[in-house]
Amino acid sequence: MDAIFLQILNGLDKGGAYALIALGLTLAFGTLGVVNFAHGALFMLGAFCAVAFNKLVSLQQIVLDPTKTTAWGTPLEIKTPYVEAWFGDFGTFLINYSVPFSILVTIPIMLIIGIVMERGLIRHFYNRPHADQILVTFGLAIVLEEIIKHFFGANPIPQSAPDIVSGSANIGLWLGMGEAIVYPWWRLVYFAFSAVVIFAVFAFLQFTTYGMVVRAGMFDRHTVGLLGINIQKRFTVIFGLAAVVAGMAGAMYTPIYPPDYAIGMQFLVLSFVVVVVGGMGSLGGAVTAGFLLGILQSFASMNEIKSIFPGIDQIIIYLVAVIILLTLPRGLLGRKGVMED
Amino acid sequence: MSDKFNDFSRRSILKAGAASAFVASTPMFFISGANAAEYCNSPTGSTVTLGFNVPQTGAYADEGADELRAYKLAVKHLNGEGDGGMMNTFKPSVLKGNGILGKKVAFVTGDTQTKSDAARASAKRMIEKDGAVMITGGSSSGVAIAVQGLCQEAGIIFMAGLTHSNDTTGKDKRANGFRHFFNAYMSGAALGPVLEKEYGKERQAYHLTADYTWGWTQEESMKNTTEALGWKTTKTVKTPVGAGDFSQYITPVLNSGADVLILNHYGKDMINSLTQAVQFGLRDKQVNGKNFEIVVPLFSRLMAQGAGESIKGILGSTNWNWSLKDDASQAFVKSFGAEYGTPPSMAAHTCYCQALLYANACETAGTFSPEGVAKSLEGFKFDGLGNGATEYRAEDHQCFKDVLVVRGNQNPTSQFDLLEVVEITPRSQVEYDWKIFGGNLGPVNSKAC
Repeated sequence: MDAIFLQILNGLDKGGAYALIALGLTLAFGTLGVVNFAHGALFMLGAFCAVAFNKLVSLQQIVLDPTKTTAWGTPLEIKTPYVEAWFGDFGTFLINYSVPFSILVTIPIMLIIGIVMERGLIRHFYNRPHADQILVTFGLAIVLEEIIKHFFGANPIPQSAPDIVSGSANIGLWLGMGEAIVYPWWRLVYFAFSAVVIFAVFAFLQFTTYGMVVRAGMFDRHTVGLLGINIQKRFTVIFGLAAVVAGMAGAMYTPIYPPDYAIGMQFLVLSFVVVVVGGMGSLGGAVTAGFLLGILQSFASMNEIKSIFPGIDQIIIYLVAVIILLTLPRGLLGRKGVMED
Repeated sequence: MSDKFNDFSRRSILKAGAASAFVASTPMFFISGANAAEYCNSPTGSTVTLGFNVPQTGAYADEGADELRAYKLAVKHLNGEGDGGMMNTFKPSVLKGNGILGKKVAFVTGDTQTKSDAARASAKRMIEKDGAVMITGGSSSGVAIAVQGLCQEAGIIFMAGLTHSNDTTGKDKRANGFRHFFNAYMSGAALGPVLEKEYGKERQAYHLTADYTWGWTQEESMKNTTEALGWKTTKTVKTPVGAGDFSQYITPVLNSGADVLILNHYGKDMINSLTQAVQFGLRDKQVNGKNFEIVVPLFSRLMAQGAGESIKGILGSTNWNWSLKDDASQAFVKSFGAEYGTPPSMAAHTCYCQALLYANACETAGTFSPEGVAKSLEGFKFDGLGNGATEYRAEDHQCFKDVLVVRGNQNPTSQFDLLEVVEITPRSQVEYDWKIFGGNLGPVNSKAC
């Protein structure tokens, strides 16, 4: 029972990441009709916004200590972060909370990156076949990866969660299930964060005039255009919003998974499966499938399951995708007519 | 006419003399040429080309970059430039700092990408197009075994870089391949007594193991070692290489009854699994009345850097560490640090050593021929390369030397001071009968390519 409960929790935090990426992918596809293989790279760029922010606030002033030398004979460097030297305890606080604070810089950076990407490259491929879109966005993803590798190296760069949430929560005690069920605080924070972001995106699309117009445009862009609304401009903003969602998902994921330049690609493939299973163009489907597949993947990794079906953890997502697409060809919540031309 | 005749006669005599000298030397000339062509890529000009096959992209690119730095430093030292580094401490050595056998050392590089097929392709290119007489480097056992096989077929010496699987000099050993780095068996043998001392004899171990050749042999070695101590193995679970999120593999450990988690992971997998195991509170747990412990059998400073705080207090083993105080290690650290501003990693150390060992073997043999080089290296006993007295065992081409047991430093004094040496396990304690891992060296391939 404990093991099942823990695997559900595992699935929820992983599913949160899948759902956020798939949500962005679906937004881009639903509005612009673009299959964006660079979306994983946007997740990665968000993660590196957190890394860069941490490096920025951790910048150190170096004082040479002539009385001590390194092993290779140069004077020893005494390093103190500037923010600590300037602001004392507030500087320490800033470094400690660098990941959540990094969201404040990730949002504008990712918005700009998204808009530049759409205006500079993607828009030239609206009327091209999906294969062309995949090729160009995949190429872009590789370029972005190599740029990040050039500046940050190939090794993962660990980021710490704030001290207050760096340990584990004894969930078992809360629920009266004994002490065996513990779960990292930050993963719970991540799940809550992904739920808030998903809710915010849905609320924006559902309850604002801007969102209503966008939804109308997703349904029939020509008619909306005929009403004198510059729907293209709004779609560009939505592409930027998709980049922001992916970026925030990446930034907040860094304490769970030390990011490297390839992190986006690892999530991208699974996220595409999530989008297809959820139903192309369906935001609700993407979120539902994200959590569903995350939980299924976690269950498939249980030793009890693997002892019966060895290697099932590696294929479960694809297996389920095949079964769902055989029974529901449009995915769980897919709309008729999307990608069926 | 007569003058002309006399002139002609004199010239004729001179020409005839020169021709005779040329003809007389012809057999030697051709014999020498024949010798050169007897083995692959025999250097004919004033330079000799070495092939450095390291991961320049992919997961181990940082390690590959450090290997390449070490090779470049070795080339510099071999060519008589710089401060000489460990060439000053290496003994017995016939290296003179004038290249190898009087030829200036040049090099070409390849990118293994940490993929066997890519590594073979880059090694093949360096052999066939660039004329590399020796291939060296790499950061993975899968790659090392693949490239070693290729070099055996091509008739080229392979001086392995970082490869820790027992198989490299065990069931997959080849006569043209040589490994300076230690292996999984030695890690287990070195860690055993320290684990017993620190954690006692009654423990239950849970293994998470990278699902490829290195992981399998590492798990087997650690299992044998810990079970010999009296520990029980609760479970061994294979994890896919590059799994990323290990949470689904770590949560079953929480309620498994195990009180030790052994992470047979390296590189990114190690960074991720260790970080996540610590996040899941394993190190704060008490199981069976004991503190829960985590062991990482193979440590590297570059990886420790990646794992950050999580590495503190964790036991593991390593081939070499820059904090060693012997003259050779200090000379290398000084030379490398002055050149690049950082201390060398263990990958850099083993690659630098391999370059020097190869050069010395060529000098000793008086030839670049793989047969001659192999003969010089087999059974070669040496010192002054940072690991104490060392021997290249003839039977399996595996180096035997002291092994370091290290612990993640609780109070690092710098960003590089991540591992503290707990014990230097003497070579005698990590030696084994070469037959236990099977395999067959076969004959050295020294034929023309």
